[in-house]
This record gives sequence, C-alpha cells and structure tokens, in this order.
Amino acid sequence: MTEVAAAEQAEAGAAADAPLLAVENLRVSFGSTEVVKGISFTTRSGRCLGIVGESGSGKSVTARSLVGLAGAGATIQAGQMDLAGVDLTRQSQRSWRAIRGRQIGFILQDAMVSLDQLRRVGDEVAEPLKIHGWGTKAARARKAIDLLASVGVPEPEMRARQRPYELSGGLRQRALIASAIALDPKLLVADEPTTALDVTIQAQVLDLLAESKDRGTSIILISHDLSVVARLADDVLVMRDGEVVEYGQAHQVLHQPRHEYTQALLDAIPSEHTRGTQLVRPAAASGETVAHRARAPIDYSRPVLEARQITKVFRGPDKVDRTVVHDVSFELLAGETLGIVGESGSGKTTSARIALALLPPTCGEVLLDGLPWSTLPPAQRRPLRKRIGVIYQDPLSSFDPRWSTGRIITDALRTGPRPPSSKTEALARAVRLLEQVGLTERHLPAAPLRLSGGQRQRVAIARALAPEPEMIVCDEPVSALDVSIQAQVLDLLTDLQDELGVSYLFISHDLGVIHHMSDRILVMKDGRVVESGTADEVFEHPRNPYTQRLLTALPRLAQA
Amino acid sequence: MSALAIPRGHVRGIRIPVRIGTAVPLLFVLLVAVAAVAPGLLTDHSPTAIDIQHTLLPPSLSHLFGTDDAGRDQFTRVVYGARESLGIGLGATGLAMSIAIALGFAAGLAGGLVDTAIGRILEVAFAFPVLLLALLLIAIRGPSVTTEIVAVGIGSAPGYARMVRGQVLQVRQAGYIEAAGALGHSRWAVVRRHLFPNAMRPLVAMITLGIGQSIVWASGLAFLGLGVAPPSPEWGALLDSGRLYITTSWWLEIMPGLVIVGVALSVTSLGRTLQHELEGAAR
Amino acid sequence: MPTMRTARRVVIKVVTAIAVLIAAASVTFFAQLLVPGDRATAILNQQNGRAQQWTPAQLAPVDHKFGFDRPLIVQYLDYVGGLFRGNLGTSYTQYKPVTQVIGAELAPSLILTVVALIAAWVLALAVTLLTARRGRFLAALGSTWEALTASLPAYWVGVVLLVVFAVELRIFPVIGGTSPMGTVLPVLTLAIPLAGFLGQVTRDEFGKVLDQPFITTARTRGMRETAVRLKHALRHSVVPAITLSGWALGALVSGAVITENVFGRPGIGQVLVTAVNTRDVPTVSGIVLVVAAVYVAANLLVDVAYGLVDPRLRTA
Repeated sequence: MTEVAAAEQAEAGAAADAPLLAVENLRVSFGSTEVVKGISFTTRSGRCLGIVGESGSGKSVTARSLVGLAGAGATIQAGQMDLAGVDLTRQSQRSWRAIRGRQIGFILQDAMVSLDQLRRVGDEVAEPLKIHGWGTKAARARKAIDLLASVGVPEPEMRARQRPYELSGGLRQRALIASAIALDPKLLVADEPTTALDVTIQAQVLDLLAESKDRGTSIILISHDLSVVARLADDVLVMRDGEVVEYGQAHQVLHQPRHEYTQALLDAIPSEHTRGTQLVRPAAASGETVAHRARAPIDYSRPVLEARQITKVFRGPDKVDRTVVHDVSFELLAGETLGIVGESGSGKTTSARIALALLPPTCGEVLLDGLPWSTLPPAQRRPLRKRIGVIYQDPLSSFDPRWSTGRIITDALRTGPRPPSSKTEALARAVRLLEQVGLTERHLPAAPLRLSGGQRQRVAIARALAPEPEMIVCDEPVSALDVSIQAQVLDLLTDLQDELGVSYLFISHDLGVIHHMSDRILVMKDGRVVESGTADEVFEHPRNPYTQRLLTALPRLAQA
Repeated sequence: MSALAIPRGHVRGIRIPVRIGTAVPLLFVLLVAVAAVAPGLLTDHSPTAIDIQHTLLPPSLSHLFGTDDAGRDQFTRVVYGARESLGIGLGATGLAMSIAIALGFAAGLAGGLVDTAIGRILEVAFAFPVLLLALLLIAIRGPSVTTEIVAVGIGSAPGYARMVRGQVLQVRQAGYIEAAGALGHSRWAVVRRHLFPNAMRPLVAMITLGIGQSIVWASGLAFLGLGVAPPSPEWGALLDSGRLYITTSWWLEIMPGLVIVGVALSVTSLGRTLQHELEGAAR
Repeated sequence: MPTMRTARRVVIKVVTAIAVLIAAASVTFFAQLLVPGDRATAILNQQNGRAQQWTPAQLAPVDHKFGFDRPLIVQYLDYVGGLFRGNLGTSYTQYKPVTQVIGAELAPSLILTVVALIAAWVLALAVTLLTARRGRFLAALGSTWEALTASLPAYWVGVVLLVVFAVELRIFPVIGGTSPMGTVLPVLTLAIPLAGFLGQVTRDEFGKVLDQPFITTARTRGMRETAVRLKHALRHSVVPAITLSGWALGALVSGAVITENVFGRPGIGQVLVTAVNTRDVPTVSGIVLVVAAVYVAANLLVDVAYGLVDPRLRTA
C-alpha cells in the first residue's frame, strides 16, 4: 500500500470515527415547561441511532430541534450541537433553511398526511432540489424519476405524474423517503417512519433506510417500537420524561439493559414468549420465574359465536362492487380468545362488525349461543345485545362527549340482565366495576376527555362488562397506546378473562399482541381467511405463504 | 364532595369567561332587551313628541342622538323602536329555525329518497336570495310586519337547514352513536339521547347569528322604504327617513345604523364565544 | 374512460340546473296567485291609486291582456314556456314586456356584482395570508376585522363610505353614475362585508391546514415560510370559500339592490324598488328569476372550480 493510500485510509478511518453529529446537554422548553432536560448523544456516518421512548418522553421534540422546527415558543439551549463543524445552536431562520433538506433530511410518519395531496408526486420529490437551486426544471424532473426508481418505485415516470392518494401506502412512504434523500444529506432523521404502516411495508421501509445507512448516511430513528429500532439501530438512546434513561450500543441496551425502565419496556412487549404470563412485572420479580395465568379451561363443546360463510359486498359510489369479506367462517368458544390478524384492507374490522350484527352480511349468517343472530329482526335482537360487548381502538369517540364516566357506566348497567333498581344501587355497582378495571370511585364524575388513554380504555372495558356479557369484541383495543400502558390493558383483559370466563374476539394488526393474547388465530388477507389454527400452529408452522411473509417481515427482538 | 353523591349526568357546565370580549356585547344586548321590554326606563321623552323649535339638532347631552326633522328625540325613537325590530328579528329567526331543524333532521336522519328530495327543495330555495324573496312577497301581499317576518324567516331557512343537515350527518357517524346501538338501545332512544343533543349543541351560535342577521335584513327592507309604515320608530324606518339628510344631518342615519350594527355584532360575537366554549368543553 | 364520465357528469349538472330554474319559475308563478283578492282588480286599483270595486266590463280587458281568463294550467305552461323564449311576462304597471323594463338596467348591476366578488376574494385572501398565524397580535387583528366586517349590513357600510369619502373628504363623487370613480365606493360597500365572511372561513381552514404534517414536511425541506403558505397551504384552504362563492353571488345581488339605492347608481335596484312599491309582480318575479339564473350558472362554475383546485373532488 502506498504512503498516500495509507494516509487516506487513516484519514477515512479517523473520519469514520469522528462523530457527525454531537449533541451535549440539549434542553428544550416551552415557556416554563421543560420538555427535554439535558440530553447528550452522538451519531456517526453509516450508523443509526435509535431514540426510543413513550409519549411525552421528548423524543420527537429532540428530533425537531435538530432542524430548528421544535415548534412555536420553543427555547432551545445546548452545550454543544454540532453537525460536521456547523454549530446548530447559532442558526438564524435563513441559515436553517440552507441546512434543512440539504445537510439534514427529515422523514415524517404516514406519507398520506405528510405529502401534499394536491401536488404531483414528482413535484413533491423534486421540491428540495428546487428550494436549494439545484439544476434546471427538466433536470429536476429527471432526477425525481431517478430518485423514485432508487427507492424501488416501479414505473417511476407514471408515478411521478400521479398524486399521492393514487399510490398505495408502501409506494407513498417510499416517495416520502425519496424526497428526504434527494440532496443526499449527511444526516437523516426519521420520526416514527413506520408507525401506521402494515408489517410488510414496514419491513420494506426499514430496508430502504438500511440501504441509505450502508451508503454512509447517518440515521436517527425515532420510534416507540423497540423491535423496529432493533432492526436498524446500531446505538440506542432510551428517553423518559425528557431525560436519558439509557444510552449505549444496541445489542447491550436491548438485551442487557442496565436500567429497570428499559427492562420494563422490553418485558412489556407482547410476543410468543410472553404468552400466558403477565406483561407488567413488579420490579423485584425480574429474574424470578414468572407466574403463569390461572385460567378456567376452555369449554370446547359450546361455541359462543359462530360465523358461517359470511360474505360482505359493498357497492361504491361509482357502482363498482367490492367484496370486502369473502366466505369467512369461524367459531368462538366459551372462555377462549380468538385472534383475528390482518393488515389494513384485510376485512377483519368488517368481519367484527358483522359479528356484532352492526352490519348485515350479504350472504351467510352469524349465530350467537347456537341461535340465529344476524338474521333476527333488530327489535328482537336488541334484548340479546347484552351478551356481546365491544371495545374500540379509540374509546373517546365511543363516549358521548357530554357524559361523565359515571353516566356512561350506569347507562350500560341498565341494559344488562339485572338493571339496577335504584340510583344508589347503580352507583354502587358502577364503583365496583371501576375497581374491577383498576380505577376508583374518584373517577365516577370525571369526563373521559380528562382521562389518559389507558384510563379511557379501562372505562370502555368497564362499560363493556356492565351488562355481564359472554363475549367481548376487541377491535384494536391497544393499538393507540404506549407499550407500557398497552401491557397494563392486556394484563387487565387476561385477568378479567381468568376471573369471569368471558370470551374475546380480538382483532389486531400487531402480530406480537395477537400471539400473546390468542388461543386460536385467524389470519385474514383481502377479505379471506388464509390461515387458521392454534396460536402455536400458526406462528411456528405457518402453511400459507402470506403468513410466512408476515412473520419474516415482523421485526423482532431476538431474545438473548 | 363524596363521589357516591349523585354524579351529574353531564360534564361540568361551560363557563363563559368574563372578559371585555364578552362583557361588552353582553351588556349591549341586555340594554337592547331592556329597551324592548321597558323603554320608559331608558328615556323620559316620548317617541312621538314633536318639537318644531328643535329640529335637526346634532347629538348633545340632552339629545343623545340628536333630533329629527320634526324635533323628535332620536335616542327615544331608537329605544322605542327596539321592541318592534327585536320582535321581527326573533319572530323571523324562530320561523327560520323551526323550518331548518325540521328539514335538516329529516334529511340527515332519513337519508335516501327523503334526503334527496329535501336537497332538491333546498337547491331551489337557495336560488332565492333572502332580500329578493322578501321583496317578492311584499310586492304580492303588501308591506306589513307579518310579511316581513314570514319573508325573512322563509328566506333564511334554507341556509340554516343545510347547516343542521351537515351537523346531523356528522354526528350520525360518531363512534358513540354506534356504541349506543351496540349496547342495545333502540334507534329512537339513540336519536333522542345522543344524536339530537350533540347535533344541536354547535348550532347555538347559528341561532344567535340568525337573530342578528334577521334584524339586519328587516331593517334593510325598511331602508328601501318597504318596511312598516311611518311614523313607526322601527329602526329600519328611521334609516329610511334619515337618508334625506345624509349630507346635512348625518346623525339621523348613522346613529340608528350604529345601534343595528351594534346589535348584530354583539349577538354574533356572543354566539361565537358560546360556540367556542361549547366546542372546547366537548373536545 | 375519464372524458366520457366527465362529459356525462357535465350534462347531468346542466340538466339539473335547468330543472332548478324551472322549479324556481314555478314558485314565482304560484306566488303570484297569492295576491290578495282578484288580480285584475289589484292592477286597476294600483293604476288608479284607489281601492274600489270594478265592473266585470272594466275587468275583462285586463283579464284578457294578462291571460287571467285562461285555465290555470295553460297560464302556467305559457309562463314556463315563455321563459325559454326570453319572455318574462308583462309588467302590471307599465304594460310593457318585463324584459324591456329590466333591459338595460341589468348590465350595470351585474358588473357591480362581479367586480365586487373579485374584490372580496382579493381582500379576503390578502388579509388571511398576511395575518393568519403570524403572531398573536396580527392574528387577533385579522380575525377581529373579519368578524366586524362580516356582520356589517351593506347599507350601513355604504352610507358610512359615502359620508366619509364622498361628502366629507370629497375623494369620490357623491353621485357617480356608472363611471369608474363612481363605482369604487359601491364596489367596496359590497366587497368589504363579503370579504369578512369569506376571510373568516378561509382563515379557519388555513389555521387547520398549517397544522398538517405535509406543511411540516415542506419546512423540513428548507422552504421559506411565505412560500410554504402560498404553494402548499393556500390551495388546501380555499375550498370552503369557493363553496360559499356560489351563494355569495346571489347574496351580492341583494346587496347590489341596496347599494344602488344608497349611491343613486343606475341598475336593477331602482327598477326593483319601484316595482315593489307599485305591486308590479311580474317585474319583481322577472328580476328574481334572472338572479336565480345567475345563481345557478355561478354554481356550475363553482363545481368546475372545485375540480381545478382539488382533483380529489372531481370524482364527486
């Protein structure tokens, strides 16, 4: 090796070691409230830093502070905030504009709302080029097409002329990434880039980011999902309440965390390993063998709900028929949890609504306790509704905005088999229900608007339990919750099942949650059931190629 | 407060913040209400007392709004005119709202053919601006208080009907409507307990806006000389007679106009404030 | 094929528009039957300035002239059919075709209305762009201004402008006729309240749009704030205001009637008020129908405008 080459290599080595972005003691406050309380980290070229935290942890604010977009009224201070020699604490609005898009690229969540729906995809992708005065109009148009091709969008010329809503979710997200990397920025910040995406698309997006990383870009990946971070990050920073809880290399933080909060976050992730156990474990118990659920045995002779060859066809405004659910059959037995998993558009939510008889099937029928259910006239069905309850993904929208928690629950009590005979009795029973779901009588007069996400879902569960149902349809009940809250709610549901023997029809797109909760599983795709069986059968020996694809796409934390 | 005490079924009532923004309009509206109900409290003069020696005087301490061409105290005339103007405004709004709620709910709830039919009727109704419809009715029936109320009421109803329908459609899709059905409540119970109250809540502002607008429309008609016959002190009539003196005694035109504008603004602003508070409490 | 579908939709819309006009005409026709008492008597009373009983011999020529002696259904069909031939009936007082009565007066009013609509849009957009979400003071100023002006009655604005700018300051003529200088104040009279109204709606929408993620994306690309507003936010914000413009045109005509009255400006305002005073129902109906036609045409244009601004609405 020549001297020059050796020197170059040494220099390259040194550059690779030198941090690209160095942040020290970053503090962000809005007025008198401090949201980020002095955090420090570095990133390097070709490496990815994953910033993990739940809502309120300050991770998003941190990310946006790096491009000076923390929001109106934000005060940003740092001992050091240095990007390859450029001091980010001393930027004016004007100089920020030179950095954004060119030195630092930013990817937001959900391209459906992060791209301008009224502009062509090509224009959106080429916009950073235009802002920074790159090339002529024709050159930019060509470059946009090249960029789309480089992120794996087929037929890029056609796609560039379309508008974002005409593209599928996956292609949209790729286009969003294309616009962020248009000027080949040194640093790419991705704020929850995979949330709201189907698992298979999630995997594709992460692959794209990995490619960028291999080309030398430094990536900061913000996520609440530890498994997503595990897939891509080399270093991990765990934040809580604006502070750093843990910071280190990925394999150490994720497999041998030093801090109990990190451990609790990891424990709270539902998966096949957590089946039959509590997700939320008291701190002292880590390391001991975890107690398993004490369940009542499932009664195999008595199906609570039977769906027989349900089909649902919708007629769109353009007079085109869409078959949303095709020939779906399943059984829910007393005391069991049947999980229905599928990506968006799989028909799982429609099937749930048909099971609830809120939607009539085009063909087929649903039986409740062996008796006709979907074929009954509504007036005869109403008194039977107490047997089947429901909880939704967004509990707040299922509550009348004017009603207090107390009224919501007492109203549900009146529809049950033993309506309370007096107001005092109603209140007393409402309090008992609240206690059953982990709330107290203090919550009776509260407006759901003032409660946290987890508390609202508990109220929704209490309402569902009030009429003493045999089964509850759970439509994505934890998808909108933070991991630790999710764990609490899932534990609550399993506890209630153990105590009351209620069955669950559990719908989710999250494979880990499904695997944790379900006894038997149905996998749906495009309105059809493509796989069914016990949880172990489906997850360990999937027969259908789609299921297999889902499982490989699932970013998982390899257990140590 | 013991939590086991009967909890209020409804969320804590809305509090209207006491600020300048709400205090001033509120006071003004109250003044006007007093003027309508007990005009004698606000002024000693008589609205019809002619005083030839003091015609066309500019505003002063003894004549707050000046005097007109027959020496009548303008302020007194405005005060006494409040009853009729307010009456027309309330009457027309009442009529408009009744029609709007009936049509809006029918269209929003029934859907299908009923909705389409009502939609078509509304489309035709929209082709008639309020003022022109009023003029048509006056041309046919002659000017009178009833004609004015009916004209403004029917003319402004379609706009409100559309708003009501939009609200009903929006609330219909809300999660709590479906959840109530899933609990086993009958359709009628759901409409009565959830849909109607929640759909009407944001429309309070619409009603206050309507009152302001109706008063403006009615006075506009009078301004054209087509309102109630003089010497009624109804505000619009004052505007009409004041027009002759715009270039010389501008107060005869401007003062009643200010009062009308003041009422319209106050009522609208109160409505908006109420709207914000209601929306804030609900979401 | 998209063009086939678009053509079909356009045809449907035009047919609907014509149906609406026929329905409106029917309403005005049947409204005429609401004249208290016998129509011929009413006409003669009006002509002679007193109310009295008339002999059948005196009523007959009037009945015949206006066709009151024919069966109702024939009168109706004649009326509607006449509309397609440009015949709006005969004035009760002037014994001339209504089209002649309205005739030349229509143009100045239409000009006033259209110019006022454009002025209102320009004003509304300017105020919104300059003051929406630009700090508490500016934003409050802008929305207060809009709230104020939206509630102002046209006659009041007109009178104030007249007194201040024409009488006192003498910048504009008090009686301007249809000259450009004389048109400024009437246009402003109509435009200012409408601008307040359109502005409120656009501002609300603008505020919501500025919170959307795609706006943040534009900023992360290094775009200037003004450019973000103009290139991204504006287009999304104007849909509600476009919706209102169809209705606004109809409302502007009402306002024009009053404004012409305030400024003594030639136009249908004068014709209309006289006609109402003399209970000349066909003339009033005729004007109302012309306005309805303008409104319907405006709505068709609004539909087209939708498709241009937001392609997603094209399939509606």
